[in-house]
Amino acid sequence: MSSKTSAKDLIWDPVFNNNPIALQILGICSALAVTTKLSTSLTMSFAVIAVTACSSAAVALIKDRIPSSIRIIVQMTIIASFVILVDQVLKAFAFQLSKELSVFVGLIITNCIVMGRAEGFAMKNSVSDSFFDGLGNGLGYSIILMVVGFFRELFGSGTLFGFTVFATQSAGGWYEPNGLMLLSPSAFFIIGIFIWVLRTWKPEQVEEA
Amino acid sequence: MTDLIELFLRSAFVDNLALAYFLGMCTFLAVSKNVKTAIGLGIAVIVVQAITVPVNQLILNLFLKEGSLFLPKYNLEFLSLICFIGVIAAMVQILEMTLDKFFPSLYNTLGIFLPLITVNCAILGGTLFMQQRDYAFVESVVFGVGGGFGWALAIIGLAGIREKLKYSDIPHGLRGLGITFIIVGLMALGFQAFLGI
Repeated sequence: MSSKTSAKDLIWDPVFNNNPIALQILGICSALAVTTKLSTSLTMSFAVIAVTACSSAAVALIKDRIPSSIRIIVQMTIIASFVILVDQVLKAFAFQLSKELSVFVGLIITNCIVMGRAEGFAMKNSVSDSFFDGLGNGLGYSIILMVVGFFRELFGSGTLFGFTVFATQSAGGWYEPNGLMLLSPSAFFIIGIFIWVLRTWKPEQVEEA
Repeated sequence: MTDLIELFLRSAFVDNLALAYFLGMCTFLAVSKNVKTAIGLGIAVIVVQAITVPVNQLILNLFLKEGSLFLPKYNLEFLSLICFIGVIAAMVQILEMTLDKFFPSLYNTLGIFLPLITVNCAILGGTLFMQQRDYAFVESVVFGVGGGFGWALAIIGLAGIREKLKYSDIPHGLRGLGITFIIVGLMALGFQAFLGI
């Protein structure tokens, strides 16, 4: 990517054309377990966007001073510091949410998107470009998280952000909640189908396997 | 003793790190194309998990927690993330060097996978679960081995299925990654059945 690519491209490209989850198989690790509800998905999305954008910018800022033999450790330390920041902020201002997210905030450290952007993009590009690239990849990740969270909460509990959309039978309504949606396998199915839809829409992403 | 066996079974099957908590998914999907490499990676994960979880348990309880043995006055738990990741990176490095020196044949099989493991979320995840659930030392050993074993089992199973997948006729857009996700989902369903144990 040349330095002439605009900030807009840097942000939007990873969302659909080069989605970190759907195309690069990065960063699925830490976060799918938090998608049973939209509110936790949203929090997780913000956390990952913040960490990716800030750590990419920070790595780009000091890239000329990092000896290449220890760059991985340096990047990890930078990322870990930002994750600790996010974790502390969540604990201070949204304690209930941070309890629900449990270990998965900490696991942002080993989220391959963050590391991948630091290593693959920020080491070669300017501070602002890296920041926007981090932002875009965070967004690309968030959109999948939100889609999965949307379906799982809607069909699993009949609610969105905790507000009732489908009145469940236990509450006197008509909707029988789909318990499978609250279990982990459903997240895999939804992502599989999401990738299918995305690739039917943009056929150049199809793998010849 | 029965508690420990139960913990082992639980961490290996019901709370499978890969299929129930989505940990280590990147490597899980990328390195599961054939059974042989999957076995190599699986063993590496078991070994690293069995070492790092207990070591981190010791560090947490001897240094970081409030009222710990060496630094009783300070609550340094907010530093735990940075310590854990440092320990994991260092452990992997040490393990790599030890294997290279004393067990060259094993090193040749596992060698390429070891660096990958540093950024494998299953390892850090194991440690964080240990911290959250407050395991004692022996429990942490059992949990480390059990969790690693479950992860290895899952990746070897997936690799076996994907090898056979070459012969099937899959819808165009679903090929590759899409169908892999669906299969992982089905496997996760299967592992849910262990809940009855």
